[in-house]
Order: sequence, then C-alpha cells, then structure tokens
Amino acid sequence: MNLTALNLTGVGLGAAVVIGVCTALLGLVLPSRARPAAVGVGTALIGAAGVLAGAAALAGRSFTVALPGVLPLSGVEFALDALGGLFVAVTGAVAVAASVFAIGYARSHGLGARGVQVVFPLFVLAMLLVPAAASVGTLLVCWELMALTSLLLVLAEHRQRREVAAAGRWYAVMTHLGFLAILTGLLLFAAHATDDSFTALRQAAQQLPPGVGGAVFVATLIGFGSKAGVVPLHAWLPRAHPEAPSHVSALMSAAMVNLGVYGIIRVGFDLLGFSMLGAGARWWWLLVLGLGAVSAVYGILQAAMSTDLKRLLGYSTTENMGLVLVGLGAAGLFASLGQAALAGLALGAALLHVLNHAAFKSLLFLAAGSVLHATGTRDLDALGGLRTAMPVTTGLFGLGALGASALPPGTAFVSEWLLLQALIHGLPSAGGVTSTAAAIAMPLAVAAVALTAGLAVATFVKAFGVGFLAKPRSAAPEGARESPVAMLAGMGLAGLACVLLALLPTLVVPAVSEASGFVLGGGPALSGELTLRLVGVTGALSPLLLAVALLVAVVLAAGLTRVVTARRRVGVARRSARLWDCGGGPLSARMEYTATSFAEPLQRVFDDVVAPETDVDVDHHEESRYLVRAVEYRRRVPDRIERRLYQPVLGAVAGWGEVGRRLATGSVHRYLGYGFYTVCAAFMLLAVIR
Amino acid sequence: MSALGVVGGVLQPVLIVSFSPVLLGVMRQVRAHLEGRAGAGIAQPWRDLRKLFGKEAITPRGTTEVFRIAPLVLIGTTAVVAVVAPFVTTDSALGSVADLFAVVALLALGTVALALAGLDTATAFGGMGASREMTIIALVEPTLLVAIFALSVRVGSTNLADIVSSTLRDPARTISPVSLLAAVALVVVVVAETGRLPVDNPSTHLELTMVHEAMVLEYAGPDLALVELASAMRLTVFLGLLANLFLPWGIATELTPGALLVGVVALMVKVGLLGMVLAAGEVFMAKLRLFRVPELLAGSFLLALLAVAASFFLA
Repeated sequence: MNLTALNLTGVGLGAAVVIGVCTALLGLVLPSRARPAAVGVGTALIGAAGVLAGAAALAGRSFTVALPGVLPLSGVEFALDALGGLFVAVTGAVAVAASVFAIGYARSHGLGARGVQVVFPLFVLAMLLVPAAASVGTLLVCWELMALTSLLLVLAEHRQRREVAAAGRWYAVMTHLGFLAILTGLLLFAAHATDDSFTALRQAAQQLPPGVGGAVFVATLIGFGSKAGVVPLHAWLPRAHPEAPSHVSALMSAAMVNLGVYGIIRVGFDLLGFSMLGAGARWWWLLVLGLGAVSAVYGILQAAMSTDLKRLLGYSTTENMGLVLVGLGAAGLFASLGQAALAGLALGAALLHVLNHAAFKSLLFLAAGSVLHATGTRDLDALGGLRTAMPVTTGLFGLGALGASALPPGTAFVSEWLLLQALIHGLPSAGGVTSTAAAIAMPLAVAAVALTAGLAVATFVKAFGVGFLAKPRSAAPEGARESPVAMLAGMGLAGLACVLLALLPTLVVPAVSEASGFVLGGGPALSGELTLRLVGVTGALSPLLLAVALLVAVVLAAGLTRVVTARRRVGVARRSARLWDCGGGPLSARMEYTATSFAEPLQRVFDDVVAPETDVDVDHHEESRYLVRAVEYRRRVPDRIERRLYQPVLGAVAGWGEVGRRLATGSVHRYLGYGFYTVCAAFMLLAVIR
Repeated sequence: MSALGVVGGVLQPVLIVSFSPVLLGVMRQVRAHLEGRAGAGIAQPWRDLRKLFGKEAITPRGTTEVFRIAPLVLIGTTAVVAVVAPFVTTDSALGSVADLFAVVALLALGTVALALAGLDTATAFGGMGASREMTIIALVEPTLLVAIFALSVRVGSTNLADIVSSTLRDPARTISPVSLLAAVALVVVVVAETGRLPVDNPSTHLELTMVHEAMVLEYAGPDLALVELASAMRLTVFLGLLANLFLPWGIATELTPGALLVGVVALMVKVGLLGMVLAAGEVFMAKLRLFRVPELLAGSFLLALLAVAASFFLA
C-alpha cells in the first residue's frame, strides 16, 4: 500500500468506504423492521463523508492511494483532485437527500427487502469512487460496479409492474455497450502508455498520434455520453429513470448522469489535455457542442409532450445534460483557439449547471416520489388538486419547477445566464475568437439554448400546474395525504440546496473555479461575493439582489393595493364565489385541461418533429350506424429517434438470430460436423500464414 | 449605483405606472377614430381601474394562493423591470440586475405566474388560456434571446445600460442590417408578448380566440385591476425597451433637471408614437388563427438568427 500523507480528503474517502461496507452488512443482517432506517442513516453518512472528501479536495488537499494487491494485473489506484472532488461532493450531497427520503419511502413501497437495502449503499459508494479512480482498471471496475448496482435497483419493483423488466433490459444492454466503448477507448489509450495509471496516460498524450487521440476521444465520448443520456444514446434513460424507485431515480438522474460528464471532462480535457489543444482536435469539441445542442432541444421537446411525471423529468435530464455538453464543447473550442478566459467561463458555466441540475432534479424526483407514494400514480392526466392535501410537497415541487424552468429567481437561471454569456463573448465581433467554425457554432448554440429555455418553461408550467393545482382529475389524488416526515426532510434538504444555489451562487463559485482552473490551468473565470462577476470579459449579475428586488416589488404592490382598496371598504374580507360555469351548473373535473390537452398546441407546432400517433375508435350502436355509443381517443408520442434508429438495429439483430437458428437444428451430427470443419479450416489457415 | 441611477429608479416606475393606462387610452382612442367611433377618451383605462379597485375582492371557490399571488407577481416583475431598465436615465438603480437576459426572464416569470393562475381555476377557459399562452411564450423566448444576442454582440455585453450608451456614443452602428433585422424580429415578439393583434385580441371574449383574457377570466375587483394595470405596464415597458434599444436619443445621461425632463418627454413621445402606430396597424389587421401564429413567430426567429449571422459577416 502506497499513499500520500493521510489528510481530510483521504479520511473522508476512507470513511465513505468503511461506512458503505458496514451499511451494506447491516442491511444484510438486520430484521426488516429496522432495515430501512439503519440503511438510510448509513447511506446519508456515506454521502456526508463524500461531501467532506470532495470539499477537502476542492480546498486543495489532493489525496492519492495505491493498493497494488487488491486487483490482479494492474492493482487499484485512487486519487482525488479538484475536478473529481467537485463530482464527489455533488454525488455525496444528492445521496444525503435521497437516503433520508428513502427511510420513509422504502417502508411503504415494499422496498425494505434485503436485496434492495444491501445494494443501495453500495450504489452510492460506487458513484463516489468513480471520480476518485486514478487508473484505467480502477475506473472501469468502479464504473461497472455502479452500473450493476444501479441495474439491480432499477429492477427493485419488477414484481409490481411489468414495464420494469423491459426498462431493465434496455438499461442493461445500453450501459454495457457504453462500458464496451469506454473500455475500447481507454485500452487504446493505455496501449500507448507505460502503464494504465492516469499519470502515465497524461504523459503518453504528448506523443499520441492525432488519429489515435481522436479515436480515444470519440470512443469514450460514446460511452460516457450514453451514461449522461445524450441523444441518440438516451433511449434507456426515459425508461430506466422513471421505473426505478423514486429515491434511486433521484440518484440516477441527479448524480449518476453527472459522472458521464465527468468522464468526458477527465478524458477530453485532462488526460488528452495536450492533444486537445491542437487545431486538429477542434472537431472533437464541435461534435460535443452539436451533440449537446441536439440533446437539449430533443430532450425538452419530448419532456413537453410527456404525460408521465417521472418520464418528463427523465427527458428533462437529457435536456440539461445537453446544455452541460454545450458548455463543455464551447470550453474546448475556446481552449483550442487559445481563449483561456472564455474557456474558463464556459467550463465554469457547465460545471455550475451540473451542480444546479443536481439540486433541482433531485428535489423534483423526490417530490414526484412523494406524489407517487400518496396517489399511486405518475400520470399527470390523472393528477391534480394536491395543493390542499400535500402543501409541503406542492411547495417544494414548485420550487424545483421554478429552478428547472430557468426563470429568475430559480436555480438554472444563473448557470444558463453564464452559458449564454460565454457564447456571446465567443463571437468575433465581440472581440472574441476569429474562427469561422466558432462563429457559426456559437449562434446555432445560442438558438438551441434559447429554444430549450422557452420549451422548459412550458414543460414545467405543465408539470406543476396540471399535476398539483386545480381539482383532482381522477380518484387517485382525492385521498392523498402528506408524506411522512423522513420524506419531507429529504425533499427539504434538496430544496434548501436549490434556494442557496439560486440566491447565492457565489458560495460555490470558488469550488467551480477551482475545478475548472485545475482542468484548464488558468485563473478563476468567475468572482464576486454577492454579485457574480465574469473575469476577463464584461458581465455581472446579482441573483440575490434580483430576488430581493422582486420580493420588495411584490410586497409593495400588495401593500399599495391594500391601501387603495381599504380607503373605500373597511374590514371587508375576501368573499368566495362560484367559478364562471357558463350557467351550466358546477364544473366537473372532466372539463379541466389535462396534461395532454395542455401540450396539444405545442405538439401541433412541432408535429413534424415529434410525429405523434393518434387513434380514434368510434363505437356504434348495433341498431344504427348513425348513433355513436362511445368514442375513444388515444394519443401517443413515441420517441422518434428510438423508432428510427433502434428498431431497425434491433430488427436486424433479431433477423440474424433467426438465420442463426437455422444452423442449430439440434442434430448432434451437424454439430460434430461444424467442429470438424472448423478445426480443418483453422489448420489450413495456419498452414497458409505460417 | 450612481445618483442618476437612483433618480431614474424612482422616476421610471412612477412614470410608467401613471403613464401606461393613458397609453392604453390613447391607443384605444386612435382605433376609435380610425373606425369612425367617438371613443371613450384617453382617461377611460384609469377610470376603469378606479372602479375595479373600489370593488370587493373575490376568491373563486377551489382556487389556491397561486391564484391570489399571481397578479402581484405579474405587477412586481414588471415594476422591477421598470426600475432597472434604462427608460429615462442610462444608469440603472440596480446595475447588476439590468441585464437584458434577466429583464426578459423576469417578464416571462410574470406570464408564467398568470398561466399557473389560469390552470389553478380548474376551468376549461383557464386551462385553455394557459396552454395557448405557454405555447406562444415557448416560441417567443427563443426569438427574444437570439435578438438580444444579435444586439449585444456588437457591444460585448448584455447589460442594458452598456447597450444603450454604446448606441449613444456610436450612432452609425445602429443603422446596420443587424439592427434592422433584430428590430423587425423584436417588433413581432413584442406584439406577441403583449397580446396584441394579430396574435391575440385584447378586446375579445370569444372562446375560440381568447388567449390572455381566458387566463384572467376568473379575476374580479382589485385583483383584476392589478392584472389590467400590469398588462398596460408590460406594454409600455416592452415598447420603451424597443424604443431605447434602437433609438435611445433623448435619454438622460447626466443628473440635471433639464436632462431628466428631456428624458421623460422623449420616453413619452417615443412610446406614445410606437403605441399609436401599433393601434393604427391593428385597425387594418385581423387576428391570425391560433395555429398560424407559430408561423409568424418562426419567421421572426429566422429574422433574429439572420441578424446574428449578419453581425458575424459584417464584423
């Protein structure tokens, strides 16, 4: 065992491992009544240890440990630097909120079973170890551990719903194809280095032929991108994230997808650092930028059409990862053009968006879990009227929705503002770069981000307005009750993070600057105590001041209205009155707008892109064809990329399978014959080439 | 935060609150004259507001606090924009909020609050209005952001004060294809955002065509007064932004009574003229079918994108 002096980072990381293993063991031996609470508290402690380790690493205390004996051939090597520290801290924070929530959630959903409770802490631990891995072998082992544990958790409710199995199959196949891509890329890279540690890879990058560098980058981009849910490798995400138990969905959507981004930054900026700066590598970042823009627009468009609350959130994850990738692509492009300040700004925006997305997405998924717990449904068309029954959940979901829709004073507004600033300053006339590629890419990226912003607003108004306000649209939400304290506490933690990040982003700016500075080797791109200031280019925004101004204006408006009205009528309370029902008697819930009808105009606008399928079944009376007994209307918005890209591939594979079956007839003679001919062919081949 | 900014921050909201209903009155009067009617006079919106503020407050049954807070948020967001944006003075009371993106997002927040209130009523009208408004805003936001992008590229900043003072310093740059394209795109967007013809008809209660009116159908009394006042203010704010982004002349750059007076008069004249042109245009226009509106907005999006492309090629 070979390690640097044990510091706070090391202690935190070590504590996470020890607590993780102990918690998993506790989950194995404790009786089922005590299990959820013990595992929940233990996992929250793992998360806290992760936050500690990450924060210490961001404060400049990096930590390295090598354990050559643990794994044959390459051994295990961990190192936590500023970049890894940021991702470890985010993962840890999400894990704290999710596992506190899980204490309440697991009890009622039959998730107290031994299998789930043992795997849950291991999943969190695996996610914490991925950004700390410092060699190819270690990274791949941790990555696979994370994939396997998350797969088991996705399958947790397979007895209750049939769709879970299909989601699990999609996830298993996609995640392993992604793993294969990463494996190929990193092995190709390691083949040019002395050993498989990241230090050796960094050195090797300086003599790497450009073709090999590109191949490594693209292969890892495919693998890491599929984990981040980037279009067109996203097909598993809107299936697996909704079908997992809600606290696991939160962890997957707010923490696990980030690790895909981490992988791209680690390989693209850090390990291949030397070759990425060359002009030959510019297409890498244009590719990342393009993928990001397409993912952002496609993801939010699908989210705007979804009527399943958790599926909507899953597609929104694709959108947000797309935005992060736009930031990464811009950062790489600027760096390759020698614009260090702009690169730092773009990377800072991307990393801040990772943080913000983690905060609001974990809040939204946990709140969706709370709704699922209370009503048993995730169908927005059947929800509504939750405000009176579940005030806390409604308020917190509203907070998350505000954050997700990139409106001030919400969380995502700050990072999207930063992203737009980076793109604006990248244009040549703004004194930025002089490259045709950049000048064409920047406006298109802005257009994509802008389209995303508008659609995100519509999407989250739908999710909150239809899902929580108005009257219940079916029997399911009518008997809803507020969730238990543990679940509210978990959501509250995530909500607190949302508020802090929205009002005081400057609290995390040093951390983000530290991470981006570590990667790009420049000074901080952002500064400021209450006002966020850009370094190197003009630009300042104070989210806190904005929120305070808004609050003052609203209070002032309320006060003035009261003064104006009180002059005339003293002591008259608000009178409640009937809704306008066109004189036709009380309105029923069936007359309300549903999520489907809310999204209908947008669906018509984007008809050619989303290609919805509608079914109208008209049922006639037997006596007369002119009398209609019932009309049934169904609308589905299939994932078009999935249909066009995946179905043909799956069809072809199934076709090959059919052909293959003809070879295997079950006759032993035939199999012996195959063996004989193969051996002969092998001998002949040897005879020819030797 | 300069003294000029503080004076502007006090003067602008007072001016916009008192002036915006009059602007609405002027626009209605112009329409009335062109249509051969006598009209109700330019003070009629203020008389309407006084009457509404005098009525009792009514809460429709089954609505939550979202419904009650929405008018306040709507007017609050507009008021913040009225304080920070450069209408009368170039300096802003809150410089770090006077960002063009922040201003646009704040105005969108007001719309969102009203759409949620429409959904909260649980009536078909409310939902319909909210759904249509959100469709429009989802298409308007991109155009706005891209047009802003085109405008801020030449300045290198999205700060409103920077954009306005750079235009004042270097007027020749305003007369470029970039500005022209961006201006046309912004006009379409402003018409859509403020719910004027041909996107929405502010004076209709016909269910097939209502957008904004459908959302606010359940409001009455002081709440309705707030919504009406806020809508008038939004119109003034949008027209004022449009005027000062392209023709900022007259705006006060120093703290003297004369300069401030010129600033106030210039704003009133510019916004008044724009309003009259808008009203006159409305007389000759019919409302578009709802599903033709996206085509109009997509057209303006294209223009904004062309503006950005032009800002690159002409740089």
